Amino acid sequence: MTPELGHFALILALFLALSQVVLPTIGVFRRSEILLQSARPLALGLMVMLSIAFAVLAHAFLSDDFSVAIVSSQSNSELPWFYKFAAVWGGHEGSLLLWVWILSIWSVAVAIFSRQLPLDMLARVLAVMGAIAVGFLLFMLLTSNPFARLLPNPPQEGSDLNPLLQDPGMVIHPPMLYFGYVGFSVAFAFAIAALWSGQLDAAWARWSRPWSNIAWMFLSFGITLGSWWAYSVLGWGGWWFWDPVENASFMPWLVGTALIHSLAVTDKRGAFKSWTVLLAIFAFSLSLLGTFLVRSGVLTSVHSFAADPARGIFILAFLAIVIGSSLTLYALRAPVVLSNAEYGWLSREIFLLLNNVLLLAAALSVLCGTLFPLAVDALHLGKYSVGPPYFDAVFVPLMSLLLVFLGIGPSNNWKNNRVHDLSRRLLPAAIASLIVGAIFPIAYGGHFHWGVALTVCLAGWVIASTLQELRNKLRNAQTVATGLRRLTPAYYGMVIAHTGFAVAVVGVGLTNAYTQERDLRMAVGEHVQFAGYDFLFAGTESARGPNYVAERGLLVVSSNGKQVAELHPEKRRYNARRDQIMTEASIDAGVFRDIYIALGEPLENGAWAVRLHLKPFVRWIWFGGFLMGLGGMLAAADKRYRLLRRAEAVSESVAAAI
Amino acid sequence: MQRFKLFIPLIAFIVLAVFFFAVQKQIGSGDYNPENMPSALLNKSLPQFQLPDVQSGATIAADVLKNKIALVNVWATWCPSCYYEHPYLMTLAQQGVVILGVDYKDEPEKAQQWLQEKGNPYIAVLDDRVGKLGLDLGVTGAPETYVIDRRGIVRLRYQGPLEQRVWDETFKPLLEKLQNENSGG
Repeated sequence: MTPELGHFALILALFLALSQVVLPTIGVFRRSEILLQSARPLALGLMVMLSIAFAVLAHAFLSDDFSVAIVSSQSNSELPWFYKFAAVWGGHEGSLLLWVWILSIWSVAVAIFSRQLPLDMLARVLAVMGAIAVGFLLFMLLTSNPFARLLPNPPQEGSDLNPLLQDPGMVIHPPMLYFGYVGFSVAFAFAIAALWSGQLDAAWARWSRPWSNIAWMFLSFGITLGSWWAYSVLGWGGWWFWDPVENASFMPWLVGTALIHSLAVTDKRGAFKSWTVLLAIFAFSLSLLGTFLVRSGVLTSVHSFAADPARGIFILAFLAIVIGSSLTLYALRAPVVLSNAEYGWLSREIFLLLNNVLLLAAALSVLCGTLFPLAVDALHLGKYSVGPPYFDAVFVPLMSLLLVFLGIGPSNNWKNNRVHDLSRRLLPAAIASLIVGAIFPIAYGGHFHWGVALTVCLAGWVIASTLQELRNKLRNAQTVATGLRRLTPAYYGMVIAHTGFAVAVVGVGLTNAYTQERDLRMAVGEHVQFAGYDFLFAGTESARGPNYVAERGLLVVSSNGKQVAELHPEKRRYNARRDQIMTEASIDAGVFRDIYIALGEPLENGAWAVRLHLKPFVRWIWFGGFLMGLGGMLAAADKRYRLLRRAEAVSESVAAAI
Repeated sequence: MQRFKLFIPLIAFIVLAVFFFAVQKQIGSGDYNPENMPSALLNKSLPQFQLPDVQSGATIAADVLKNKIALVNVWATWCPSCYYEHPYLMTLAQQGVVILGVDYKDEPEKAQQWLQEKGNPYIAVLDDRVGKLGLDLGVTGAPETYVIDRRGIVRLRYQGPLEQRVWDETFKPLLEKLQNENSGG
């Protein structure tokens, strides 16, 4: 398979994508059945072409074809095969191809699973997705061709994948993240199609819901994996850095969270239509911004790829066209009439709206925090770095409020509630969480700690009120088992995701409060007492990996005379990148604490500088993230959507006939 | 009036977009570089190095700058701004400014040819083809210029090509200060 074949497939893909935009659009205006029908096969053709291009590129990587420029700069013959494969998206060009390939997969998924969708809506949705693909393909073919060759003198050896990316987490993290980013293109396309057709009704929300849930699930998993990767690879023991690239994935997640909740209101109650459409546009715009901003050279970050001004202008123009035109369409076509759905001040609608506002405020504050240093800098007002203090100051109050409302919201009925009912239902949960919050820091940490008390109290509140509500749901069932069976997957999805959020909050709060770390010099055979453990440094030995050599330390950790773990932190020197030395931390993972050891610098007589961390509850962060993703998956898998859709399509057509 | 509210997101976006285009334009014209960060090395010693000279191949170590106020100029033949900067470096060298060159991630043959054709303003040019010294310095791109005082301390980091205006505004005052500092103590 020659790379030129892949290049050719990309060019064909561009033409197919163009047809996918133009033909169905003409079909919509001419009401031509056959042109509307063309959207499906064109989407399929686009996916086939992009699959060929991706396969050709993957083959070039796996077969060490260093005549391909990005293979020579991102891969190496000594690399294990799965890292060679992951190296496909280890750089700018390859990750763009991955992005647009995933977009085509989503398009085909929509084409297959939306049989109930009216044909003209499906044609519109696929045309919008085709337009996005056109933009990406033009960008690739004009500025970032992944198949560019280094001829006539191809290098004998590649300069290797960035060692930071040589980690199992990094093999699946970017595709997960991209599935999430790109998945919001479906909700976006549905929103645009709805604005375009003027049929902005509850049916539209129901169509988009499962897609948005799946996209959100991927994004949740992707972000969780990314955080875990940063923790295990960067060697600093941190798990989130408020780095522009992380923020770029976090913003669509926040808005996406608001979107899936807002969609629920629009679906079930017909309210918030304009708002939901706006959120769908925002979620995808922020995904695009996230994909592109880090590549334009405007924002710099530890993760960013090489900047190139020509690309920057193209990117900005593309963003301006996509976001600008969709917001213009929104301004012109969104319904101004307030929905006829009525709800009182103490209804579930209001709490979902509050949740939306808080999540959007959080996303905007991340956007500000990401762009502010750039703005100040570009206006020549000095250099600022907006770091964790800003984000902590913003996020703690916002998330605290969110957690308070999160406990109340699901216990609320739609339309309206009486204060008395609500407080009777939630009072036990409130009292329980206050008590747990007050006791925990003293019982665990030995003295009172406000941050910990707040964290535990709020997380406890969410879990307790969720359980309370679950009990309430089971109240009329004959046995608990029959009651549990009667609940829908969507409901379980919500319970699991909300619990996951509470678990992640516990992880974040307690890790921040109770982390202990110490840098010290350890001679061979030396014992150190730290955080209640005894650490014995048994020295280092040389070790050899497939494409690196390492100095591997051995530390024996024991507690009360019993061995807890043997840890092997490493300093690695990769063969192809001799100037870059990697710290490979070694972690003894536990439910309630991680022991995290990284080697610093070698000192005299075999002694080393060693960094010891004790990180309580750090696993809870990722476990919580995993639960949230799982919740999203369950919610999307709910059969009810499909059944309801059919039933309503029938009742709607009956209504139309009358 | 209701309709107007729906335009708010669009207007906010346009403001943002105009801002980004302005920044991108500044980057394109070289007026603004987002990677322009104060060096972590500021007021610290120049990192140690032992690198071959691009032309002679003789090993050069940090003591080549001993007791000198000097510029360390990071450049490469692949860097377009370095073409622009080079004649001005020649002028500075004629004025007696000590400049140590660091040929960053470059091919020595090309660098030799460059120096033959355009003249050599440097007291020596270190062959940093793997970018090790660049990494130690925290170089983010070429050209970059550092001012080193007599004790080998980095006093200034400048990113971008040197030219008369920059020299008069930033370098000249600093170099005069450094001269006085030393004659005083």
